[in-house]
Amino acid sequence: METAIEVTDLVINRGKREVLHGFSCAIPRGSITGLLGPSGSGKTTLMRAVVGVQLVASGRVTVLGEPAGSAPLRRKIGYLTQAPSVYDDLTVRENARYFASLYGLGAADAEAALDGVGLSGAAHQLVGNLSGGQRSRASLACAIVGRPEVLVLDEPTVGQDPLLRDELWARFRALAADGATILVSSHVMDEANRCDRLLLIRDGHLIGDDTPAAIKATAGTDDLDEAFLRIIRQQEKAAA
Amino acid sequence: MSPHILASTIGRIVRQLRHDRRTVGLVIVVPLLLLTLLYFMFDGGLMFDRVALVMLGIFPFIIMFLITSIAMLRERTSGTLERLFTTPVGKLDLLFGYGIAFGLVAAAQATVAAGLAYWLFDLHTAGSLWLVIVIAVANAVLGVALGLLCSAFARTEFQAVQFMPVVAIPQILLCGLFVARDSMAGWLQVISDVLPLSYSVEALTEVGAHADPTGTMWRDLGIVIGAIILALVLGATTLRRRTA
Repeated sequence: METAIEVTDLVINRGKREVLHGFSCAIPRGSITGLLGPSGSGKTTLMRAVVGVQLVASGRVTVLGEPAGSAPLRRKIGYLTQAPSVYDDLTVRENARYFASLYGLGAADAEAALDGVGLSGAAHQLVGNLSGGQRSRASLACAIVGRPEVLVLDEPTVGQDPLLRDELWARFRALAADGATILVSSHVMDEANRCDRLLLIRDGHLIGDDTPAAIKATAGTDDLDEAFLRIIRQQEKAAA
Repeated sequence: MSPHILASTIGRIVRQLRHDRRTVGLVIVVPLLLLTLLYFMFDGGLMFDRVALVMLGIFPFIIMFLITSIAMLRERTSGTLERLFTTPVGKLDLLFGYGIAFGLVAAAQATVAAGLAYWLFDLHTAGSLWLVIVIAVANAVLGVALGLLCSAFARTEFQAVQFMPVVAIPQILLCGLFVARDSMAGWLQVISDVLPLSYSVEALTEVGAHADPTGTMWRDLGIVIGAIILALVLGATTLRRRTA
């Protein structure tokens, strides 16, 4: 399978702390890869490195064959930050249109993106007046509006009701079916089951990289939460 | 830099401001109130002509400095700047976007304020009203450029507003409005000589005293534009695509 994102021996420091310690992984094109791990394990840092806004101490990140953050990639990548990054003092529609315009796209594309996240009904509202869940969907609309080939989503479904979460995952699945490569972080295990592959990350180390089914089979349990725990315990035993 | 992205960035910034009606109101009305205050303080008269003319240049500088430093700080802290840097937006699109968008607002502000001063308060200048507005807009853009630069050194909005007295008040004190520049102590003159507001105030004074634009006025305007470019270039170096 063709690789869309390749991370090699990546070392990243934030402040005085080393967050990623020689991290390597490969993410196949046209798939949904889940990035799973506790808070503070380095998920956001890895995602920032993939979209090219993170200072890197050493190692290499290659996206679609180009160094992460290089100019040609900026038309091909969509990034959803963990905290919604949209303009509070613009309407939902104005936000979507602005981000669409950066890719040379127009109003119709902005409307399609809003429709895709179920926000057409709130398009005229100021983002500052929206609920938390709506605001993060407005932010998501701005991440998908450029029809990116690589979509990096940092906890996209936090605060969404279950029905909406289901719809968003259907949307991600449709994007992947069209060839988009999606890297999505989460700590909801039920969502992890929907991914094609999972990267388990803990304290800046990759501790698992497989399909959800294979991870569960290796750990000998049907429950991903439990599987994650067992993998951690096994590794700690091996280290001790 | 792309003309298309620059244009939509200017549109976006103006739209943001338009949704904030109270700020727009304050930007336009506050200079009018202050001019009114000056008019009654000096009871019309020659002092009013002198001070109001200088204030027409200083108001846009202060107001645009404040608005820009807060707006840019919000871009930095809300994550929109980080996200923009993953898109085809260039640094210059952003810097010129802010400069032009707020420059347009400043042109509106300066026109209304100068209009009030001329027609209602009978402000008298030997030179043209349009030169006063041009210098006021240059001052506003100088405020924008310095605001963009200073926002890099503030982490919170509280800190950002504190840069206003640091950047603006020494320039207002030393620009020649309170004490003529050539009667200041030598070391104060040196400081005054490197502060850009000194030149815009001198340019305005030239418009006040001469019917036609003078060489000094053009030179001063050139220096202000040079200071704008310098501040924008320094501001560009504080915008980093990659951060720790």
